[in-house]
Amino acid sequence: MYRYDQYDQEIVDARVEEFRDQARRRLAGEMTEDQFKPLRLMNGLYLQLHAYMLRVAVPYGTMSGKQMRMLGHIARKYDKGYGHFTTRQNIQYNWIKLEDAADILAELATVEMHAIQTSGNCIRNISSDQYAGAAADEIADPRPWAELLRQWSTFHPEFTYLPRKFKIAVIASAEDRAAMRLHDIGIELVKRDGKVGAKFFVGGGMGRTPMIAPEIKDFVPEEELISYAEACLRVYNRYGRRDNKYKARIKILVHEIGADEYRRQVEEEFAHMKTLGIDPPVAELARIRTYFADPAYETGLSDAVDRSDPDFALWLDQNVVTHKQPGYAIVNISLKPVGGIPGDASADQIELIADLTERYSLDEVRVTHAQNIVLPYVKKADLYALWQQLDEAGLGESNLNLITDMIACPGLDYCSLANARAIPVAQKIADRFADPARQRDLGELKLKISGCINACGHHHAGHIGILGVDRKGVENYQLLLGGSGAEDASIGTITGPGFGEDGVVDAIEKVTNLYVAERQEGERFLDTYRRLGMKPFKEAIYG
Amino acid sequence: MILLTGNDLASGDVIWWTGSGWSRHVGEAADAGSEADAILARESAALKVNAGYSVEAEATASGPLPLHIKERIRASGPTVRADLAINTAIPIVRA
Repeated sequence: MYRYDQYDQEIVDARVEEFRDQARRRLAGEMTEDQFKPLRLMNGLYLQLHAYMLRVAVPYGTMSGKQMRMLGHIARKYDKGYGHFTTRQNIQYNWIKLEDAADILAELATVEMHAIQTSGNCIRNISSDQYAGAAADEIADPRPWAELLRQWSTFHPEFTYLPRKFKIAVIASAEDRAAMRLHDIGIELVKRDGKVGAKFFVGGGMGRTPMIAPEIKDFVPEEELISYAEACLRVYNRYGRRDNKYKARIKILVHEIGADEYRRQVEEEFAHMKTLGIDPPVAELARIRTYFADPAYETGLSDAVDRSDPDFALWLDQNVVTHKQPGYAIVNISLKPVGGIPGDASADQIELIADLTERYSLDEVRVTHAQNIVLPYVKKADLYALWQQLDEAGLGESNLNLITDMIACPGLDYCSLANARAIPVAQKIADRFADPARQRDLGELKLKISGCINACGHHHAGHIGILGVDRKGVENYQLLLGGSGAEDASIGTITGPGFGEDGVVDAIEKVTNLYVAERQEGERFLDTYRRLGMKPFKEAIYG
Repeated sequence: MILLTGNDLASGDVIWWTGSGWSRHVGEAADAGSEADAILARESAALKVNAGYSVEAEATASGPLPLHIKERIRASGPTVRADLAINTAIPIVRA
């Protein structure tokens, strides 16, 4: 894992003290809310529906046990005993007091964490593959690249006031587990002539105008990564729409001028950037890479696992993923128990995961964009003991990528931007499809719910998506089919008129029943939808 | 009727204008009528309320309630965490 050097620590510590003074001045009435708001947002502190909300950055979703334990400590000491893991691989707390905020940031700084770049029109927390460094299918660990981009983007003076927020994801496998092409910049590491470089996709995103990012550059050598990223940002910063918030994301610029013209302008800027010498020496990426070297694996371990406990065997088949290292496995901890709130974890659960991280996962844990947790380095011999402890704490749900493993934004229960509640809908769907055998029969089915058009719940990218809207003061839910955030990325299509809370659950049952009736051997829900098209699903829903 | 709401500056708690101060319970809220803007300006300047604004409301058997669902959820607390609610008896959807 990356560790702060003295510069990292100094700037984070200085930022805490700067914010402490800003908060003091606001509490003393020396600043108005209008003056204070941009300052608190630059430190991840929002004013939400019920209270202040603090969003803490988890760079590319990676933490140590000690850092995870701190998140549990903050939930217990400063919040109401829980936190919410987000689709940006971050965590947010819903009940923060302004008078505590600087103390929380100071506590986070002691474990090399902060809340910088979790709000505002800057480059946000870089996201990545939750299996990075452990996946059997990756060509390299993407996190050193993500970390280099993090260092480049932190407090970058040119990109602190972009036209709009800016999200970057980095992956290194053909299977996209990070919704890479739905980012402002998606980077896929690829190999050419034995060298690893970056393929750039620019102009993706969700929100009110969902777009899949087109490929802009097929290969950028690692020694030119920063120059190329800077060129992409410069063109956006120069021509992105600042006159209209809803047209300010880079996806609109790329769409309006076209990918070819955007590429031409980036190449022109890139040629200029290369003369400036802003790229760090190759040795710097090599230095960062040493932090992400393989952990001290034990060798000669057996791959055998005793499957005699049937509940454990189910979890093993559903939540445990192949590791690149013999004798090890990647464990997914579901935060989607039936009846629970997607992405929420109690302080006790967070602290237990911290303990298990240290005991069983070589002191590393990950947050996923699907609001789950990953232990990336678990010995197969430890899987049963680990599962028993997870299960006892309500963390043993065997539903990874099944219909109850839903992404849901906080919705109108917590968010001041939302138009409708998302969590109660998620709970009703989970209740309707609670039978584990039924879930497994339906197979991979990614259901994603947003409480408003901003799409924090990724509804555009759901095999089944739900968008909550306000229809004359009443919550209404539109249903979408056919989206995907994976390597076969696609944007879902609205089925037709919306539904009430119960109606949308019934509609989902109708489309899954049709899928079961019409599927061919080996087809996922998404495959069947793509083969049949919308018409029969629409008839099943409204006919 | 018009209710005034906002957040407590230090704690962030949702608060409602009672006619003489601020309460965490919408049932104690008072109609601000035509004085809304003046009260908000005065109370904001005195740091008694943060990010204050006015909402349309109606008188009900259980006291004043905002018309819009968003404000009703602010008044009741999250509907999915009864243990954290301010008042679970508040009807979220208008009759």
